[in-house]
Amino acid sequence: MSNAVSALQGKIAPGEVTIREAGLRGMIILRGDLSDKKLRKVCADITGVKMPDRGQANCDGDKGLCWMSPDELLVLVPYPEAAQAVGQLDAALAGQHYLAENVSDARALLIVEGTFCREVIAKLAPVDLHPDAFKPGDFRRTRLGQVAAAFWMRDEDTFEVICFRSVAGYTFDLLAASAKAGAVGHLG
Amino acid sequence: MLILRCPYCGVETDETDLQGGGQAHLKREGPGSSDDDFEDYLFMRENPKGVHFERWRHVYGCGKWFLAARCTNTLEVFGTYPAQTLEPPQEIKDKITAKRPGWSWGTFQ
Repeated sequence: MSNAVSALQGKIAPGEVTIREAGLRGMIILRGDLSDKKLRKVCADITGVKMPDRGQANCDGDKGLCWMSPDELLVLVPYPEAAQAVGQLDAALAGQHYLAENVSDARALLIVEGTFCREVIAKLAPVDLHPDAFKPGDFRRTRLGQVAAAFWMRDEDTFEVICFRSVAGYTFDLLAASAKAGAVGHLG
Repeated sequence: MLILRCPYCGVETDETDLQGGGQAHLKREGPGSSDDDFEDYLFMRENPKGVHFERWRHVYGCGKWFLAARCTNTLEVFGTYPAQTLEPPQEIKDKITAKRPGWSWGTFQ
């Protein structure tokens, strides 16, 4: 079996706000009834975090649950555990209307870290990123520049951004350019 | 810039995050319908200067379709609501009536 490599293999654009490709991460798309008890339990068993509310992400290290839409969750796990986690979901939800798919290799994960990381993202997405409007724990599926992406704040100085693997290079360059251009100062 | 609230995500987002889907509340005329009804369904659209109902899809977000009531003249948005309905909710109609007394659109008023 070939070795799995991430889209940009850990590429870094250092600066006041550093853009870093985070390497491989297990990502599972789960569609189904998010209020279903079995579904909630198996998600909690896999990730160890609580079910997120609408527009939220609950993450703990490499594991987490992100609210993608009223019937869709993104389950984050360490990369080697993704296949096993899909197996767990399949076992728990057998007979129900659901879909669980390992999409780890179709995605890239980028980290945006630094003092004005909010502004780096705000320049690229049609999202209100004022500290009063977007807080750690909030999750937003939207676009960055010309491509679909989703992001959430790990903490006040760190964003995690996911995008499709095929556009990882574009997204990285876009974020790096936004970071290099510096802070605007509108969100102060 | 047109800013709409996605009723599924609960977020305000602009038209670059969305995809327009044309007029809302069309009644589909299927097999067995008359040629005139089918022609109306297929080709005839409202084109108001004022209150209008449209379909929008939160294409970069949750991917769901929703409906919006807005004014084509001023870009004022009266409200958005889920697409699983045959006519605008009373609450939306009331909001429109408050701002545009005597409005009508298709069979709604």
